[in-house]
Amino acid sequence: MHHTLIALVEDKPGVLNRVASLFRRRNFNIESLTVGRTAEIGVSRMTIVIDTDQAGAQRVGAYLNKLVDVLQVEELASDVAVARDLALVKVTVAGHDRATLLRVVDETRAHIVDTGEQSITLEITGEPPHVDAVIGRLKPLGIIEMVRTGQVAMRRGDTALSATQYS
Amino acid sequence: MPIRTGAQIIWECLVHEGVQTVFGYPGGAILPTYDAMLDYPVHHVLVRHEQVATHMADGYARASGGVGVAIATSGPGATNMVTGIATAMMDSSPMVCITGQVPSKMIGYDAFQETDISGITLPITKHNYLVTRVEDIMPAIKEAFHLAKTGRPGPVLVDITKDAQQASTEWEWDPRPVKIRGYRANSPVLRTDLAKAEALIRASKRPVILAGQGVIQSGATRELVALAERIGSPIAMTLLGLGGVPANHRLNLGMMGMHGEAWVNHAIQEADLLMAFGMRFDDRVTGNLKTYAPTAKKIHVDIDASEINKNVPADVGIIGDLRETLKDLLDLVKPADHSTWVSHIDSMKGDAAVRDIQSLPDTGHLYAAHVINDIWRITEGKAVVVTDVGQHQMWEAQYYHHNAPRTLITSGGLGTMGFAVPAAIGAKMARPEAEVWAIVGDGGFQMTQAELSTAAQEDVKVNIAIINNGYLGMVRQWQEFFYDRRYAATPLRSPDFLKIAEAHGLQGFRVETRGQVADVVQRARSAAGTVIVDFRVEQEDSVYPMVPAGADLDAMIRRPGASVLAETGADKS
Repeated sequence: MHHTLIALVEDKPGVLNRVASLFRRRNFNIESLTVGRTAEIGVSRMTIVIDTDQAGAQRVGAYLNKLVDVLQVEELASDVAVARDLALVKVTVAGHDRATLLRVVDETRAHIVDTGEQSITLEITGEPPHVDAVIGRLKPLGIIEMVRTGQVAMRRGDTALSATQYS
Repeated sequence: MPIRTGAQIIWECLVHEGVQTVFGYPGGAILPTYDAMLDYPVHHVLVRHEQVATHMADGYARASGGVGVAIATSGPGATNMVTGIATAMMDSSPMVCITGQVPSKMIGYDAFQETDISGITLPITKHNYLVTRVEDIMPAIKEAFHLAKTGRPGPVLVDITKDAQQASTEWEWDPRPVKIRGYRANSPVLRTDLAKAEALIRASKRPVILAGQGVIQSGATRELVALAERIGSPIAMTLLGLGGVPANHRLNLGMMGMHGEAWVNHAIQEADLLMAFGMRFDDRVTGNLKTYAPTAKKIHVDIDASEINKNVPADVGIIGDLRETLKDLLDLVKPADHSTWVSHIDSMKGDAAVRDIQSLPDTGHLYAAHVINDIWRITEGKAVVVTDVGQHQMWEAQYYHHNAPRTLITSGGLGTMGFAVPAAIGAKMARPEAEVWAIVGDGGFQMTQAELSTAAQEDVKVNIAIINNGYLGMVRQWQEFFYDRRYAATPLRSPDFLKIAEAHGLQGFRVETRGQVADVVQRARSAAGTVIVDFRVEQEDSVYPMVPAGADLDAMIRRPGASVLAETGADKS
C-alpha cells in the first residue's frame, strides 16, 4: 500500500543523502521523492511515497524523526491530502490523426507546452491517478519521451506544517 | 577575542567538554591537531590500529558513563575506525570520533588518503559532520558531544579538513547549552500511557520485567528494583543489561534469550505481562517472533521512539527516559503479590539450579565455566569484566554474577571479535581504581593482540584471561549442532601466549587443571602491569542451553545429561 510522508528538513548539503540512505539501510523502496524549498528560510520539504504496510510507514516515520537534520515528519492519509503530480509527455504526431490527439488533450485538461514537426509535448497536472489515466490514453498514440515529478502533497484545511514549532 | 587555530580550537573544545584521555593514531591530515595537542592537558593513548582506538574509547565510555574520544587521520585511518563505530552504534555507546580530512580544495579529487568517511559512516553514526571552515569546528564538536551523550547515546563523527585545522580565527568558548532544532533528546511521558501501563500491571498475574541496558544508561537501578519489589515481579536480564539489577537480588532470574537460563525463557513464554524496560527485543533475545510470549501483554519503555513496535508490538508504548518513567509509574502502582508465580518459576529451575558447579568433583578437566566462576569468586564479583565475543562471552554472562552497573562491558549488538583487550584498556583508563579483567577467546585475542604493546607503553594493568580451546569455539559449536560437525576453518593454532607476553615485557601464566586456577588468578591480580593467563580449557565444550537462531524461545537445546557440568551456577550469594 502506498504511504505518503512529508518531511521538513534542514536545507543543508547532504540531507537528501541522509534521507535516501535511511530508506536503503532499512530496506524500504522509495516510489517517489521530491524536494524543494519552503516559505521558511533554511527549511526544505520532502514528499516521500513508499510502498509498505501501516507498521512499515510508522517505522519509517520514527526513523526519519531520528535524523538530526529532519525537523518534522507527518504521514498524510490520502483522504485528507491534496496531492499533485506533474508529467511532461512528448507524443508523436506521425502515423495518426492530429485531431485525435487534440481531442484527448481537450478532454483531459492537458496543456500543450511545445510543438515540434513530428511531436507535441503535453503537460499533465493532477492527482497521480489522473496523470496515470491521461498517460494511459496517450500511450496508444505513441509516447516518445516522458518525465514525472513525483507526488507533492499537503494536508487539507487550515492546519499548517511548519518547522518553527520546534525551534 | 584571542586568535586560535582550528587545531587549537579542537583541543579547547575537548578540554571544555571534560575530556582527559583520548585514543588515537596520527597521520598527515590530522597532523596540525596532533601538533597542537602538546599544549593541552589531555592524555593521548597511542594505539596500534585505529579500530582499537574506537574500542578503547567505547570501553572508556561504558566504564565511566562519559563520552569516549577517538582520533585518526583521513583515508585508512578513518576507515579503520568503521568497525568500532558500528560496535558503539549497535550498543548505544557515547563516543566522539575526530578524523582529519584532506584540504577542502582537494575534496572530490581522489587526493592521497582521501576517503568519504562521513558518507561511509552515515548509517553507523548517530550523526556526523564534515567541517571545512575553522568557524564551524566549535559548533560541530559541541553538538557532537551533546548528541553522543543525550537521548539514546551513540557515536558521532566529526571529519575536519586539514585547512580548517590550520586556519586561524578569533575564538572564545561559547558556554551556552547546545540547541539543535531537529533533535529532541527526550520527550515528556504521557499521563494516559502511564495510566494504561498501571492498569496492565494491576491486572497481571504472571508479570516479568525485561531489563536492558537502558536501566544502566538512565541510572534506573533503584527505581527498577523498587517497582519489581512493590509488585513482586521477577526480572529477566538482557546481556547488556547485566549489572543493571544486582544478580543476587531474589527477583533477578538471570539472563534471557539464546543462551539464557531455561527457566527464564520459560517464564517469558508463560508470562501474561512483559514490562520491557530499555531493551529492544533483539532476535537473540526473542527467538521466533511469531511464537514469542504468546499470552503476554507488552509494556515497552524506551527513549528511542523507533524501538517501540519495531520487533514486538507493544500494548502500551512509552517513549521517554526510563528512570523518569519508572518514577512516574511508582507514583501509580499499588503493591501486589506474585509469590505463587515466582515459586512456579523457581520450580522450573529443577536440578540445574541446585547443583553447584563448584561442588562437582575435579575430573582433571578444565572447563571455561569453572575458570570464569572462580574468577568471580576470587574477585568477589567486584571486577569490571570486559568480554570478547563467542562462547566465553556467554559463559561469562552465565557464571560471573554482576551486582553493579557498568561492571560488564561487552560487544552485544554487533558481536565484534577483538573488542575485549582494547575495551578493557579503555575501561581501566576510565576507572584506574577498578580491577579490570578481559575475558577473551584465543581467536578474538589474536585479532587485537598488538594492543599488548599499548598496554605496556601506557603501563596500564588489565588481567587478560584467554579462554583457549584451540577453536573459534562458538562457530565450532554451531558446526557441531547444525553443520554435522564439519569443522570448516574453526581449528585454530595459536602462538605461545606466554612468549607473546614476555615479548611485551609482561607476565604470563598458563593454567591446565582446575586446581591451578585459584592460585594463578591470585598471582595475576597481585602482579604489576598487564598479565596474560592462558587457560587451556576443554576443546569441544558447548554453551548450554541454546535456542537455535529463529527457533521458539522455549525450544532450547539442553546440556546432555551425561555431562559433568550443571546448566548454570545458581550460587549467586
